[in-house]
Amino acid sequence: MTETTMLPKNIMKDFEEYCKKHGITGKQREEKLSALMKAVEKYKYEPGEAIGVIAAQSISEPATQMTMRSYTMASQSDRLSKVTHGLPRLIEIFDARKTFEKNMTIYLTKDYNSKEKAKELASSIKSLKMSDIIVYDSIDLVNMQIELELEKESYKDDVKELLEKHIKDCDTTARGKNIYVKPKRENVRNLRKIKNKILKLHTAGVKGIDNVVVIKEDDDWIIQTTGTNLKKVLRMEGVDIGRTKTNDIYQVYDVLGVEAARNMILQEAKDTLDEQGLDVDIRHLMLLSDMMTFDGTIKDIGRYGVSGKKASVLARANFEETKKHIVNASFYGEKDKLEGIIENILVGQIAPVGTGMVQLAVDMEKMKKMRKIKE
Amino acid sequence: MTEIKSLEFGFMSPKLIKEMSAIKIEHAELYDPDGYPIDGGLTDLHLGVVDPGLRCRTCGGTIGQCLGHFGYLELIKPVVHPLYGKKIYMMLKTICRKCSRPLVDDEVLKEMKNPLNDVYKKKKATCPHCGEKQKEIEFQKPTSYREGKVELTSEEVRQRLEKMTDEDVKAMKISGGRPEWFVLTILPIPPVTVRPSITLETGERSEDDLTHKLVDVVRINERLRKNLEIGAPDFIIADIWELLQYHISTLMSNEISTLPPARHRSGRALKTLMQRLSKKEGRFRGNLSGKRVNFSARTVISPDPRISINEVGVPMDIAKELTLQIKVTKNNIAELKKLILNGPKVHPGANYILRSDGIRKKITEDNKKDISEELDAGYVVERHMMDNDITLMNRQPSLHRMSMMAHRARIMPYQTLRINLAVTIPYNADFDGDEMNLHVPQTEEAQTEAEMLMLVEKHIRSPRYGSPIITGKHDHVTGAYMLTKKDAKFSRKEAAELLFAIGIEDFEMKDEYTGKEIFSMLLPKDLNLEFKSSVYSSGFDDEMVVIKNGQLKKGVIDDDALGEGNGKLIDAIERKYGSEVTREFIDKMTRLVLDVVTKKGFSISVADTNITEKAKKKIEKTVEEFEQNSDKLIKDFNAGRIEGTAGMTKNMILENKILQMGGMASNQAGEIVKADLPLNSSVMMAVTGARGSFVNLTQMCAFVGQEALEGERIHRGFLNRTTSHFKQDDLGLKACGFVSHGYKKGLDPFEFFFDAMNSRENLMDKSLHTRHSGYMERRLVNALQDLRVEYDGTVRDSKNHIIQFIAGEDGIDPAKSDAGKVNVEKILG
Repeated sequence: MTETTMLPKNIMKDFEEYCKKHGITGKQREEKLSALMKAVEKYKYEPGEAIGVIAAQSISEPATQMTMRSYTMASQSDRLSKVTHGLPRLIEIFDARKTFEKNMTIYLTKDYNSKEKAKELASSIKSLKMSDIIVYDSIDLVNMQIELELEKESYKDDVKELLEKHIKDCDTTARGKNIYVKPKRENVRNLRKIKNKILKLHTAGVKGIDNVVVIKEDDDWIIQTTGTNLKKVLRMEGVDIGRTKTNDIYQVYDVLGVEAARNMILQEAKDTLDEQGLDVDIRHLMLLSDMMTFDGTIKDIGRYGVSGKKASVLARANFEETKKHIVNASFYGEKDKLEGIIENILVGQIAPVGTGMVQLAVDMEKMKKMRKIKE
Repeated sequence: MTEIKSLEFGFMSPKLIKEMSAIKIEHAELYDPDGYPIDGGLTDLHLGVVDPGLRCRTCGGTIGQCLGHFGYLELIKPVVHPLYGKKIYMMLKTICRKCSRPLVDDEVLKEMKNPLNDVYKKKKATCPHCGEKQKEIEFQKPTSYREGKVELTSEEVRQRLEKMTDEDVKAMKISGGRPEWFVLTILPIPPVTVRPSITLETGERSEDDLTHKLVDVVRINERLRKNLEIGAPDFIIADIWELLQYHISTLMSNEISTLPPARHRSGRALKTLMQRLSKKEGRFRGNLSGKRVNFSARTVISPDPRISINEVGVPMDIAKELTLQIKVTKNNIAELKKLILNGPKVHPGANYILRSDGIRKKITEDNKKDISEELDAGYVVERHMMDNDITLMNRQPSLHRMSMMAHRARIMPYQTLRINLAVTIPYNADFDGDEMNLHVPQTEEAQTEAEMLMLVEKHIRSPRYGSPIITGKHDHVTGAYMLTKKDAKFSRKEAAELLFAIGIEDFEMKDEYTGKEIFSMLLPKDLNLEFKSSVYSSGFDDEMVVIKNGQLKKGVIDDDALGEGNGKLIDAIERKYGSEVTREFIDKMTRLVLDVVTKKGFSISVADTNITEKAKKKIEKTVEEFEQNSDKLIKDFNAGRIEGTAGMTKNMILENKILQMGGMASNQAGEIVKADLPLNSSVMMAVTGARGSFVNLTQMCAFVGQEALEGERIHRGFLNRTTSHFKQDDLGLKACGFVSHGYKKGLDPFEFFFDAMNSRENLMDKSLHTRHSGYMERRLVNALQDLRVEYDGTVRDSKNHIIQFIAGEDGIDPAKSDAGKVNVEKILG
């Protein structure tokens, strides 16, 4: 092992800087390094440390001090209003929720970093629904058809094509600004259903991005959105791929992979805590995000995720849904090897962490032999 | 001690139930007219004993010796086990209605990961093994099945399951037992020790919920038998059969969603088997994860600045009740004899002895002499708790590991537990009636482990952020500031008084001492440190803190040196000299500093918030400006001159701008107040970080500012207005909760009302909040509890999966780190 691998990267970096600053080289440097290595040993985790419980407590203890107010109007700038903050956001992250207030922050490359270009890009990103390009819509009960009036006549052909593609079993005709959709099944309920479906149809822009605002942050013009579509946005010209971000873990996971998702969970949790002025060591959050992602998928913290997929029947039954776990365990003849913490507590044994992890056995026969040799 | 290596879950076969049973239950009655248990009844003496004086007829043991024995009930007709209703349905769907073989080819079955869930998706209309045409099976929760339009009886269900071959069962990965066992024919009857009856004062017996339910089962089973014997019509049999099914279902769980819960005579739902296990008060969470313990005490806490942070003051009454077991050897026999002679009522005494033959004897005033003479090596004495015994202190809610720490006992008069003020931070305790728990570890292993790992001084640095958490606060900070501020001088007499009180006797004789000199006597002699104090940062002092060779040369000691979270001085001492020195420093420093406040005196007054006329004018002008600006904005808005941008309505923009301006006005007022107020007691507290902030002061002497609800100005109340005193759609400051007066001057009625709205929101917020964060903590701990650091530095869970290859990516423990880092400069100098 070379000396550089003996110390963690970040400490090594600090050491190099220290050497540079004080002009330490050669033998003196080696002496200093060995002194440092000795000292660093004292900083290290001890084997058996219940690192998980400490991390969990370190995250949730400050969470009791967080404000509940979920939606704060970030009043400093003209930022979009609804962003979840504080404890609700933290819970959202740990739940690995699929539906919540999603948003994106889109950064732009140098060429596009101006108000005009940003606005142009923003308007092309915003998803346009059918309802956005329609001036008037109604249901004609006499002819059993839906009437739509478009903003401009030039949309006519495209809209007709779109409707024919997505709304099945209908006769679509276009006359001037007006479009008529006549379903083959003639009843009022069906008409209403189809109308609602038409109004929600996606016509242009990026699907999923409901709203956009262009704001200035320091030197950058950025696009703040509600709704998110990382995959499409990253492919657009002018978007700074490196800095653009979304708050949807699953999109990051799908587009960029688990590693990215893990980093995102870490970053989002850290940001949420920092925003409230709560100091939590990053290592605790690292452990949590690693736990949520270590098997290559995103698992939530709770009965359907990490806690619900434990090996031990007792641990699962102890947490939540006792009945389900016991019934399943007896049906499938599961075996609990009592390797975790809570299982051992439940049966009244010493838990295998900390001082309980040490397993020493004395071979009495060998001891006797040793004694004889000594004598 | 035998160790449990593993537990296997499974289902009991009818044969096993019969074999392990002591008797067969045959009668629904419990007692005969004399009140004696009936043979073959549900309280038969073969099932164990719950009454003192009786002996178990199966094993001969008395209460406590006999753990109880099972019985069994032969069900006249089979009944579906309600908890496995879904599983039985899945099995029925999977197998052929005639030959009971899975409805797919053997090869396909082998490939399946979860056959029970997958087979029916791929099944064919006819059985691939016998060619029988299949019918659709429906499940009616919780226990009935229909095939086409015909209801399947439990008997038919059982017959189909019986026909399954062992190979098929194995291939379907059912290994808890034979499938037909899930349709019950024999019901195990739990021992009476599981369902003890209580004899009331009136002599009446009150049976356990479970016994009540079992009586129902036995009675209906009996009725079914009689009706079958007399050849009752089918529909009556079917009715009784269904009733039996209902009673057995509710016996297993009384919370099955489709069944009405079985109720007690009083209307209360019965607590049956499943209800005993689940939920917070159930067996798992209530009795196995957490238990009630002996050797513990609980009482109100109060402060004692003169004991160490490592200590706890234990009331005499508690000390005489809590005991420790001491083995008698020839070395300690004399001492222990003395304790026994003191008896249970005089403090260092003893309450019990354990003779070598295991017999326990209570020590009384009458027998203490005899016992002390009888005492010999090999006996065990249960002596009173004494000074320096290790105890564990705990305050709920136990949110982090510092919520339970080890303290050395100090026996004291009066009725409260006394703790040092510095440990109030990790426990999050105050003395407005808080109670704390105290435990006494009994074995030597537990005591040493508690002392080495849990002692208060080992927890000075918080694992959450790597800075001190056991530090000074409030008056400590004020006192430290008063001691170390520039013009603080102390006469020889004063200095002697202060220093002797903390055990410093050896110091240079002078006529006058500066506060800094006195403070420096606490510091280690080779400490060097420089940092910005909180007073310096807020501009009330022109010097940074400089400590050279253990002498405080410049600057003042305040929250930045001593306080929670930053505590740079405590941090430095802990880092360099270890926890013992730090504990001593905290002990002495807090005592010294509190003596200073006591001697000098410290009080605040309303006059502290007096500001000059000039400042008042300035503040008035700020308010006026804000009012004018917002009026203009509102006018623009009403005239439609505000532009809405994408994503924001005009309304939102207006509100946002007013909120912004309000914030700015408050900030301006804060600046004015800060510049104007002299360094009086209230300001001193704000500046040093002892308590309160300039925001509080501004709200008192300038104005309170904009009140907000849910992050917005106040709009709710009447239709389009907050109260009926305003016109509709009035968006003005006054109408939407801007408070232009300070607390000292007093709020007008509207302002008071809006202020109360804001306070109420905060109050509700807090109480709704604790639930959520409490549940989050439970989930987090549950998800992460199995993780531990292995000898190779990796983090693994109980399945031995590696979660992190190096714990925390660099192996550094934040609890030992420098605010999460390793400071190379500090280590190498």
